[in-house]
Amino acid sequence: MTASRLGRPTMSQRRSGSSLHRFANPSRFLRLGRRLAPWFAVLATAFIGAGLYVGLFVAPPDYQQGESVRIMYVHVPAAWMALFVYTCIAASSVVSLVWRHPLADLIAKASAPVGAGFTAIALVSGSLWGQPMWGTWWVWDARLTSVLILFFLYLGHIALMNAFDDPTRGARAAAILAVVGFINIPIIKFSVDWWHTLHQPASVFRLGGPTIDISMLVPLFLMALGFTFYYLLLLMLRVRSEIVARKIRTAQLLQSAP
Amino acid sequence: MSKFLEMGGYAVYVWPAFAVAAIVMVGLLVTSLRTLRAREAVLKRLEAAEQPADDNA
Repeated sequence: MTASRLGRPTMSQRRSGSSLHRFANPSRFLRLGRRLAPWFAVLATAFIGAGLYVGLFVAPPDYQQGESVRIMYVHVPAAWMALFVYTCIAASSVVSLVWRHPLADLIAKASAPVGAGFTAIALVSGSLWGQPMWGTWWVWDARLTSVLILFFLYLGHIALMNAFDDPTRGARAAAILAVVGFINIPIIKFSVDWWHTLHQPASVFRLGGPTIDISMLVPLFLMALGFTFYYLLLLMLRVRSEIVARKIRTAQLLQSAP
Repeated sequence: MSKFLEMGGYAVYVWPAFAVAAIVMVGLLVTSLRTLRAREAVLKRLEAAEQPADDNA
């Protein structure tokens, strides 16, 4: 019996009881992730595929914006995901700071680059939409500015997480940033209500219900669902990757011990 | 088909927007998978190296 499969403690981990304890829950997560990841992949592909098809071929052009409205089908879901992923990171950070659960740090670390990616997509697609519609690539509008800040918060989170030799210190610093920065999320959401600047007001999640036609809401929600399953897939892969990295670190430390 | 690609004259805005989304999302997925595979390979080697005696167990 030689190499251990992921999740089963190795001889070295049995010798050092603390590794076994620390990875107990993450190992359960690994097994769960292994089974769920393929489903997330299938669901992400299915929903994004359906969303793209409906958004590009079935949904009508806008009476004011013409075909440029189709940018909405990546711009809005990406923006929603940017907020959702940050909220997940903030929640994980609270769990990490209050209960010191090791999995919470891993979830936060794994999520940040994905959230940053969605934010970048929202910003770039927004610019590409703004130029023909507003006549400008950028304005220091309330929503655009606060989403740009969100992007910097993500980058700061990634930087802090990787800034220290001791991963625990990095995780703690990043967690504090994530929690403090969470104030930005309601600011982003309500910015279009509080400040009447350029970005259009809420047309989906608002009191009184959506003002967008159902023919456009359908592809919007299909893409949003697809993007969510995509995030969950990446979460499974990246958390597993972090767990393996920690095991490598442990094994290396043990092997270098006299 | 070409009418579809032209996107009512907005093609230069619409298609790059979708392209950026695709590049970022596929890129993240590929990077994540590659890192995972590489780390699993390293771990496998490390665990094999530390348990030569287990073959006799």
